[in-house]
Amino acid sequence: MRFFEDIVIGQRREVGSFTFTADAIKKFAAEFDPQRFHLDEEEGRKSLFGGLAASGWHVGSVCMKLLVADGQRQAREAAARGEKIAIWGPSPGFRELRWIKPVLAGDTISFASEVESRRISEKRPEWGIVQARQTGTNQRGELVYSLLATAFVPRRNPNS
Amino acid sequence: MTLSFEDFPPGRFGTFGPRRVTREEVLAFAAEFDPQPMHLDEEAASRSMLKGLSASGWHLCSIMMRMMFDGFIGRTASLGSPGVNELRWLAPLRPGDDITLDVDVAEARVSKSRPDTGIVTFRGVVRNAAGQQLCEMVSPIIVRRRADPAAGQAG
Repeated sequence: MRFFEDIVIGQRREVGSFTFTADAIKKFAAEFDPQRFHLDEEEGRKSLFGGLAASGWHVGSVCMKLLVADGQRQAREAAARGEKIAIWGPSPGFRELRWIKPVLAGDTISFASEVESRRISEKRPEWGIVQARQTGTNQRGELVYSLLATAFVPRRNPNS
Repeated sequence: MTLSFEDFPPGRFGTFGPRRVTREEVLAFAAEFDPQPMHLDEEAASRSMLKGLSASGWHLCSIMMRMMFDGFIGRTASLGSPGVNELRWLAPLRPGDDITLDVDVAEARVSKSRPDTGIVTFRGVVRNAAGQQLCEMVSPIIVRRRADPAAGQAG
């Protein structure tokens, strides 16, 4: 993971891709979002989605999963170079989450994150606050998911 | 009875829960979707900004979805949601918490592009057993309107 000082507005990073299988869609839906179009192929076809569709919360959770894996990859690389590792803080929330198109069984979604703003926290000056637009694009190149996320990012030298 | 657009006038809709969130499910969700130390490891979590083990925010969102499903969406003519306008994580969800969900209808309007449906914008607030707000979400859901009997006769 990077420190606040390393983060530049406009920086974009591909964080990985994930194939939503019918089994994974149904398993998540059965636990958290058992609406009929997330559980059954035929019900999905009859719905506005036109097929068995992943819960939007499943899509968001998978994006988080890939972001964390990417952060851990960056941390390992930094450690291998002998650099200090930044441990990111929690997120105070997000805005503008858009489920733009359905994610259907078999779709592979590639996620990316692009920095939109950065500032030092007034209440916690040892932390920076970074806003990034996270997006998901399917195998046909269609944007299916978008979110403006906020996170606390540690400063390398908080006293400088 | 299935709930239609007309059943969601602006104002308080209801309170749902309480729902116990166990340590096992917090760890299981974090392991699969959000394996940051603050969600998985007591020792690392105690040193984090959240000062103790807490559930992933996406887990809290997913539980809120389930509470909404059990509370009313499961018997609503819902066609899905286009997104979430705003979501704020206000305080950590701790393992063992009993959470409740207050749901208000912030806005309800007929869809211009699909006049047989309406867009109901909900505001949901999750609280723990101590009454502390953990999360606030504002999100629209597309809901079918009740069939118009006059239109039915005309057709």
